[in-house]
Amino acid sequence: MRWIVLAVVGAYLLVPLLAMLEFSTRGVGSTRTLEAWKAIGTFPELLSGIAVSLELAVLTVAGMLCLLVPTMVWVHLRLPGVRRTMEFLCLLPLTIPAIVLVVGLSPVFKLLSYFFGDTALVLAFVFVVLVLPYAYRSIDAGLRAVDIETLSEAALGLGASWWGVLFRIVIPSIRGALLSAAVLSIALVMGEYTIASLLNYNTLQVVLYQVGLRNAAVSVAVSLAALIFGFVLLFVVSSAGSRRRGAAREESTLAPLEGGLQL
Amino acid sequence: MVPFFGYIAIFLLWPTIIVIVGAFRSSSGQPTLDNIMTVLGSSTYLQAFWGSIRLSAETALAGGVFGALLAWAVAEGAVDGVFRRQVVAMSGVLAQFGGVMLAFAFLATFGYAGVVTLALHRVTGVSVFTSGGWIYSFTGLAVVYTFFQIPLMVLIFLPAVDGLQVQWREASDNLGGGSWAYWRYVAGPILAPSFVGGLLLLFVSAFSAYATAAALISQGSPIVPLQIRTFLQSEVVLGQANVGKALAFGMVVVVAVVMSLYAWLQRRGAKWQA
Repeated sequence: MRWIVLAVVGAYLLVPLLAMLEFSTRGVGSTRTLEAWKAIGTFPELLSGIAVSLELAVLTVAGMLCLLVPTMVWVHLRLPGVRRTMEFLCLLPLTIPAIVLVVGLSPVFKLLSYFFGDTALVLAFVFVVLVLPYAYRSIDAGLRAVDIETLSEAALGLGASWWGVLFRIVIPSIRGALLSAAVLSIALVMGEYTIASLLNYNTLQVVLYQVGLRNAAVSVAVSLAALIFGFVLLFVVSSAGSRRRGAAREESTLAPLEGGLQL
Repeated sequence: MVPFFGYIAIFLLWPTIIVIVGAFRSSSGQPTLDNIMTVLGSSTYLQAFWGSIRLSAETALAGGVFGALLAWAVAEGAVDGVFRRQVVAMSGVLAQFGGVMLAFAFLATFGYAGVVTLALHRVTGVSVFTSGGWIYSFTGLAVVYTFFQIPLMVLIFLPAVDGLQVQWREASDNLGGGSWAYWRYVAGPILAPSFVGGLLLLFVSAFSAYATAAALISQGSPIVPLQIRTFLQSEVVLGQANVGKALAFGMVVVVAVVMSLYAWLQRRGAKWQA
């Protein structure tokens, strides 16, 4: 029974992935060719889409860390009463569909393009909100795992400043959690389509779709590459976690993905 | 503290309030129920809502059942085995694997020149999908959505399956209960709240999804997010500018109802376990 389940469900999940490999290497007749993969470089818009998405990922991670880490540490140490409100606000983006957010975002983006000009990078402001639930859960798990109350009191008692505590005590002890928050954010930003496409910005996914209308094999190749990129990122986090904490790893590094809703 | 709440207010709460307030405003800014009435009075919009709800319910059920079975099959194995770790990590990636890339994966599988389409054609000699376009239809959407629902259910449901104690099975066996009795009277009732809770989360996940559907279906709008796309991308009829906000507001209402059910279920489950 167990093996039947594994075979059936496994096939459902794996066949489309293998189909991508087959489709993107299909040649004339029944030959294999890497032409579609080589052609990726001949689509300049594809390369610029990848560049834009990578820049957005960096900005989003930076924004997320600046916004979340000091606030969460402060709440954790000084204002435990605010914790529930903060958790609620951080998880809220999971329940507001991205398509609903887009409908209300146009005045916000008018303001943003007034200040920053016409660049796709302003999307990072919204992406920070999108990654909030995953980043929050990941960092929260990290803060709970170490006794930062005692550590920070000891540091303060020895004359450290509050920023000193933050940078020299707290951040080093939760760096695993920060890494997993960053990786989840990167994965999410690289896969975002809804907001970017409806606000007419050419990110990786938007360009991918446009290229797919003309050359399906190239788009399938890029999709597969992006998927493998995601796998590698997640395995890096997952194995970094297992070196550190052993058996507790999979719950703590992958817990933020629970209830991981739409992209 | 202040930067955080300010940021949330600007980029999350403000857009949401614009949608909710806009749904009850005419294009000149007067308070009105016309937008809501337009949605409720139009068979196109009601059908889109019905389509969205049906699609979400069907894929939540299919993904929930298969996902729960997979979670069970994984939990039967070694607790810290390599296999289990790989399934969990893969579920983490695949549950996020939505949107354009997922649509392409399924076009490569079941599209006109898809691997499975061609293979079936070769083996049976006839084109099974005489109109290979089923993947671009409602059915296709359901098959594609189920793909990300299964790993999502694994992530949600695995902790619950892990919570089953070996001793309960032993106790049931000692009392003369067979496999059926164990699943019907012991494991079933214990897992039921987590299972239903998982289904509700899957429902919300499918209901809010946009990217996959947008990449797959370019003509016609069988579900609400695609109706909203039409509003955002085209010049709207004069005086109807806020109907799109009313549609978005409708989505918020549906999601809020399902999430309150989920919260209620969680409270009940917690009480029952204590």
